[in-house]
Amino acid sequence: MKENNRGLGLFTLLVYVFLLGPLVIIAIASFEPSSVLKFPPTGFSLKWYHNILEVTMFVKTFYTSILVSLAGNVLALLLGIPAAYALSRFPIKGKDALNAVFISPVLIPGIVLGFTMLKYLIAVYNLPIYAALLFGHTVIMLPFIIRVIGSSLANFDFAVEEAALSLGAGRVATFFKVVLPNIKSGIIAAVLIAFLESFNNVDISVFMTGPGVSTLPIQMLTYVENHFDPTIAAISVLLMLFTAVFMFIIERLMGLSYFTKR
Amino acid sequence: MKKANVSLLLLPGLLFLAVFMLVPILLTVGSTFFENGRPSLAGYWHFFQDPYFLKILWTTLKVSLVTTLLCILLGFPVSYYISRQNPRKKALLLALAIFPLLTSSVVRSFSWMIILGKRGLLNNTLVALGIVKEPLDILYTPAAMMIGLIHLFLPLIIITLVGVMENIDPDLIKAAESLGAGRFKAFFKVIVPLSVPGLIIGSILVFVGSLTAYTTPALLGGKQRVISTFLYQNAITLNDWHLASVIATIMMVITFVVIGLMNKLANKVNPKG
Repeated sequence: MKENNRGLGLFTLLVYVFLLGPLVIIAIASFEPSSVLKFPPTGFSLKWYHNILEVTMFVKTFYTSILVSLAGNVLALLLGIPAAYALSRFPIKGKDALNAVFISPVLIPGIVLGFTMLKYLIAVYNLPIYAALLFGHTVIMLPFIIRVIGSSLANFDFAVEEAALSLGAGRVATFFKVVLPNIKSGIIAAVLIAFLESFNNVDISVFMTGPGVSTLPIQMLTYVENHFDPTIAAISVLLMLFTAVFMFIIERLMGLSYFTKR
Repeated sequence: MKKANVSLLLLPGLLFLAVFMLVPILLTVGSTFFENGRPSLAGYWHFFQDPYFLKILWTTLKVSLVTTLLCILLGFPVSYYISRQNPRKKALLLALAIFPLLTSSVVRSFSWMIILGKRGLLNNTLVALGIVKEPLDILYTPAAMMIGLIHLFLPLIIITLVGVMENIDPDLIKAAESLGAGRFKAFFKVIVPLSVPGLIIGSILVFVGSLTAYTTPALLGGKQRVISTFLYQNAITLNDWHLASVIATIMMVITFVVIGLMNKLANKVNPKG
């Protein structure tokens, strides 16, 4: 019986080496001093980290990515919080169907979404490329916002809200003074998850780039096509640190159990 | 609260999705049934007649299927192991699976370029050990794509299965064992059937994810086209928006058919839901 467990443990260990090994390798390779990325590295140098700042497109697209993710998040919250609240608070006909509609952006292949948006938002609606990029990202953030905030609301005892209402507080005041503070950590977690989803997005962004407009992941893809120096490895390390910090905060706010629920 | 007011809370989100997602999709799908302003199925006819297109479709389906099967084979035992650990170790293992999941797909695919390249870690090791004389061509093959896709989706199937297995009452296994079932028999008679709903959801996520992934095939597949890179190529490089629309529609149809069939299967296997 013990033997069996040990075999399973070893198997799990190997699978985890497969999952995390490449990320460790890319991190170590980022310190390679020569201009050809290799593992193991031939020495130790931080010059490729410095090179990130030298390639102005990386800096520029980083700001674009941050800006699009932040603005898209604000928009997704404005659209998503009322919807999530309505869906969990009131008996609505066709609630399942409505839920499905709000989740649908994750069911449609991202690359298909990106292409249809290029075809209509830019070519037909004539939106400026930045606006199309922003709205495209808002569409893909919305399901995450609604789902995470929805599950926060599911844990909220609406009797508290009833109490405030019966004591004479208005609906809107009650929402801002009672409901919102109670689901604060859910909202922050939703923002972080949606932010990562948008920041890492390739499928939509790859269609929404134009002269001088690009996001960091797309700029990284373009760079890899022409260079194989350790700069991308260095950026990868910074992105992983960034992911780790976000994950830590999400864990603190609501635990990581959100990810195991389907 | 009055009905009208509740609708007002839902309407902005619904309108937004309608304008920026639904209309573009419906019009794109609609456009595939016309050519030069006339109703026509020529786009599809053209697609399904061309051996090059069919080969791309076939490669995509094959890669997605193998990826899904390997993810299940690797993920199932790991999930079972994780679900039986104490809470501390379980939380650590889950966190270590979620971390790559939240890491950019560009970073993850790029890491495999370092490993699988002609002068990559794997080839260097194989040559140094004398297992092969010449470095193998692994990068830019379907095999490289599959490795990248398994790396991409394995965490997803692991955390999905752990979520399901956690809810299986451990007493059921003890009961099975005390009634004389061996360890393996208890596993196959208790754990496996009760994990089927999670397995089906996980398989949908991996299969559909592999079918529609763009970054990994673009970086690791080289000239090997899969349907998503083919869509991108036609839309951006070749500017053939009609063919791109046909491909987009075919991708959506396959996605929905797969999700529909698997859901049906789920209901059949587990009618209680």
